[in-house]
Amino acid sequence: MNSIIELSIMQVAAAYIFSLVVLIIVKVRGISREKEIIISTIRMTLQLIFTGYVLVYIFENMNPWITVLVILAMEVFAIHNIYKRTKGELSKKMKTIIAGSMAAGTLVSLIFFLFIVIQISPWYNPRYFIPIAGMLIGNSMTGISLGVDRLVDGMNSKKHMVESSLMLGATPKMASKSIVDNAFDSAILPTINSMVGMGIVFLPGMMTGQILSGTSPVTAIEYQIAIMMGILGSVSLTVILFVQLGYRTFFNKEDQLTLNGKK
Amino acid sequence: MFSFENVKYKNIIDIENLNIEKNKITCIVGESGSGKTTLLKFFNKLISPDSGEIKYMDKSMKEVDSVELRREVVMLPQSPAIYEGNVKENLLIGIKFSEKEEIPEDEELEKILKEVSLAKNLYEDAEKMSGGEQQRLALGRIILLDPKVYLLDEPSSALDEETEHLVIEKMVEHVRKTNKTLVMVTHTKRIAEEFADNIIEVKKGKITSQGGIDNE
Repeated sequence: MNSIIELSIMQVAAAYIFSLVVLIIVKVRGISREKEIIISTIRMTLQLIFTGYVLVYIFENMNPWITVLVILAMEVFAIHNIYKRTKGELSKKMKTIIAGSMAAGTLVSLIFFLFIVIQISPWYNPRYFIPIAGMLIGNSMTGISLGVDRLVDGMNSKKHMVESSLMLGATPKMASKSIVDNAFDSAILPTINSMVGMGIVFLPGMMTGQILSGTSPVTAIEYQIAIMMGILGSVSLTVILFVQLGYRTFFNKEDQLTLNGKK
Repeated sequence: MFSFENVKYKNIIDIENLNIEKNKITCIVGESGSGKTTLLKFFNKLISPDSGEIKYMDKSMKEVDSVELRREVVMLPQSPAIYEGNVKENLLIGIKFSEKEEIPEDEELEKILKEVSLAKNLYEDAEKMSGGEQQRLALGRIILLDPKVYLLDEPSSALDEETEHLVIEKMVEHVRKTNKTLVMVTHTKRIAEEFADNIIEVKKGKITSQGGIDNE
């Protein structure tokens, strides 16, 4: 139970059969997706090989600066990805709020998780720091992307309702409360749903990985439970920061609705 | 109560001079697209002019807090929003928004429904009511707020002629009785001539005539 089957190059290569099968299916059925399938397969392969070697290097040369640098790079990449994923152009102010909420929300959760829950040592131990940061940042990124879309959509489609509320003497905060709540709710819902199915419908990736590498399933679930709590916390914190600050960009300082969140 | 001086807004409004008197009923008339609704939105600072000055009670609008102002100068849009919930919740939402401490009893709410000729139960679903009924409900909502100034944007656009006349008549009666100010946009000149102390005619964002009407 304690040794993992090491895969040879030929064994890994055999797994590409699955990609080939998909290629044949789309070809036969005339679905024009060949290019995307080939590109995504190649990208995944190259990115993982690259990351694998980088991680080996980082693990062998433990250095606080390298760990910090990797986390920063992850944050920058995630924030950039959010900008790219949201429909339409975001205002500069909105972008700043997204970046700020991402950084603050994920870093606070990460620090709490690593130093209080797991208590890693040394503090910059990349074997824990990097994968856990990846999970928190990745999930928060998905959450905040949903939140941004819902907030922008809500403000635009319910413009009339917001303006009507302002006319009745509501502050911008009151006038946009239902939209803000809805954005928060949709952003954290996928995380909550995944918790419901976890362990029965599917075994989460981190837990599967630990079990495959020989860790006792009991230890693996302990980590999984902890990380799920961490993810829930990080997603909620990031999204609540974002929506609480983000709705304000749709109003000017005269409390008038300007819909500037999106240019 | 309100005064405009050289007010310009985009290509929509260009007003040299305009005065709205306190405790009077003013009607704004004009064709659709002439800028009537835009003009109305200056009064509660839902928009601000690009240039020029608007004063409220001799104080520059720039110095007036928008939310405070909107609790004194309440506007009813042409198609008012109906919020999820029943008639009572819809009536009370303005009270909640304006953070009034005193919450009216059911009895008072029923009186308001009568005032706007709405024969509905307080616990009926507001979203299922017809457009005309919803508009009267929204009218009741702002009467409940007891503001200093009412801004009404075609308050009767979804009503039939008879109900329209009735509702406006009651509204005007209420405003006169309680010594309030009313600024109302209407496309029906007949209504303006019947009820207004002052009629402002807007054409392509400019005021083409303003003057008192002798109702007696």
